Amino acid sequence: MLRTKQKRTEQAADLRLQSQIGEEERFGDLMRRMARENKTAVISFFVIILMVLAAALAPLLTPYEENGMDLLHRLSAPSTEHLLGTDEGGRDVLTRLLFGARVSLLIGVVPALLSLILGAVLGAIAGYRGGIADAVIMRIADVMLAFPSMLLAMVIMYALGGGILNVFLTLTLVNWANVARVVRAQTLKLRSSEFVEAAQIIGVSRNRIMRRHILPNCLPTLLVLFTLNIPASILTESSLSFLGLGIQPPNASWGLMINTGRQYLYNTPWLCFAPGAAIMLTMLAFNFLGNGLLDVLDPRMQKQ
Amino acid sequence: MNDRTLEVRNLNVTIRTDRREVRPVNDVSLDVLAGSIVGIVGESGCGKSMTARAVMGLLPYSGKVDGGTVRLCGREITALPEKERRKLRGSEISMIFQEPMTSLNPVIKVGKQVEETIRLHTECSREEAKEKTLAMFREVEIPEAETRYHCYPHQLSGGLRQRVMIAMAMVCKPKLLIADEPTTALDVTVEAQILNLLEHLRDAGTSVLIISHNLGVIARVCDYVYVMYAGRIVEQAATEVLFGRPTHPYTRGLFRSVNSLREGSATLETIPGVVPNLFRLPAGCSFSLRCGQCGANCEKNMPELLETEPDHRVRCFLTEKEDAE
Repeated sequence: MLRTKQKRTEQAADLRLQSQIGEEERFGDLMRRMARENKTAVISFFVIILMVLAAALAPLLTPYEENGMDLLHRLSAPSTEHLLGTDEGGRDVLTRLLFGARVSLLIGVVPALLSLILGAVLGAIAGYRGGIADAVIMRIADVMLAFPSMLLAMVIMYALGGGILNVFLTLTLVNWANVARVVRAQTLKLRSSEFVEAAQIIGVSRNRIMRRHILPNCLPTLLVLFTLNIPASILTESSLSFLGLGIQPPNASWGLMINTGRQYLYNTPWLCFAPGAAIMLTMLAFNFLGNGLLDVLDPRMQKQ
Repeated sequence: MNDRTLEVRNLNVTIRTDRREVRPVNDVSLDVLAGSIVGIVGESGCGKSMTARAVMGLLPYSGKVDGGTVRLCGREITALPEKERRKLRGSEISMIFQEPMTSLNPVIKVGKQVEETIRLHTECSREEAKEKTLAMFREVEIPEAETRYHCYPHQLSGGLRQRVMIAMAMVCKPKLLIADEPTTALDVTVEAQILNLLEHLRDAGTSVLIISHNLGVIARVCDYVYVMYAGRIVEQAATEVLFGRPTHPYTRGLFRSVNSLREGSATLETIPGVVPNLFRLPAGCSFSLRCGQCGANCEKNMPELLETEPDHRVRCFLTEKEDAE
């Protein structure tokens, strides 16, 4: 009895080892492994998919129009007709939440991704090349960081004008410097590591060392920065919208909805509550997914 | 006919620090004959590794070669542009380090890392590269090569990682392999296996330059030995000659400290003092501060590296005197 049990655990251990050092992994295998090790991450993954689908299929999911005013039913409480109530213009909050997701998800993800790429590349160049490249890139980053990010975003938005593309650009310019700083610090540490030296010894060029040996080792940090940047971007956008610089009413974005709902917070809290919960859910989902990805993608994090 | 794989002549390396320049490698000349294993011994900080790095062309940012030549198979390489040197590294000349734990990239499978060498230096398809990698894994006696190919470094033991490093360095069949303390981090049984492997590689046509402070390792595999002290070569001879008749007081000191252990003496005999600070080298012989037989001349002048018998050179005034007598 005891022996069979022992044997079974041995077999399980064998299987685990095989799965760890098996052939090239397909996406499905990756998800399966993640499901075994980190269930929250898989749930988060499906939450994100669901949100994207909901945003994409918004017109099919709701009988109301995004900007369909109904002044007779303004500020009504949640009911079977309006699941999340209506806002100050009598517009269905759930509908606006779905349409707002289109803007807010994009504003969360796209600038976070762009600033990540820009910051990682510039940070790695600064850290690895050193010298003049380092001085120039990091001084520009310092200048960016010296201004309060809100002020900087406002200035850029004023200069560029409204529109979603300009919001992307602005948020990217505001966020890249942080990423660059962190990546540079990591690169400095990795540059003198022995495996980089070993790569030099087999004749790998500097650019390739940066691409293949240094940046992949920064991945854990990058994923964390990415998940933190998403809610930050959504919130900055909401402030910009509030100041009349971002997404313009009557179009919906989650940040804008919170800002307009603020005035009615005392009597109709759901106006703020619904988009607030949506932002929180997005942030948590990306955060958990990031952690889960880290567990399965970074071989050092794998359980032995 | 040039049968020297590596020919270093009067090599100087200087490192610029905030305060001033130091010269960790001073007027070093050494040869590695084709199909031989040559050792460099010396204490920590005597310039062994710097010499190796200068040969590889991978000095730290503040260091540079000033003076001297390095010839690889008769071809002068110190003056080559960086791009040319990069092509040599990994294909003609390669190196392994003492720390197999940290010398592999933790996030890339070891098979892929070995493959990188092949794909950098030869035109070949993914499948061919994989074939070659597996063949190399078998050659360095990695068991279950197929499985290990897909392992990450942290899943392998120290000995296996060192084998992977050797596979990575050797897969393009370089003419010269520099092994910088290849066994220091490994336990004794694995050490013996790795040394066997190096001998096997030598027999397959690669010359090896071993850098070590372990006299046992040197005695076991090397054909010829250079002893370095404070950036200079102080004695050089074939292994049997050096171990049979160590001549320089420093070399003798090294052997005494090993022998005192072997003969079961209660105290460990040591060389008094420490390696001199490179900023404050004595005016004369750099070993004069620690030498028991130091004379007046030793404190003023640096002795030459002179032949005491055929192919046995020593940098010491005492041996010169013996000749005169």
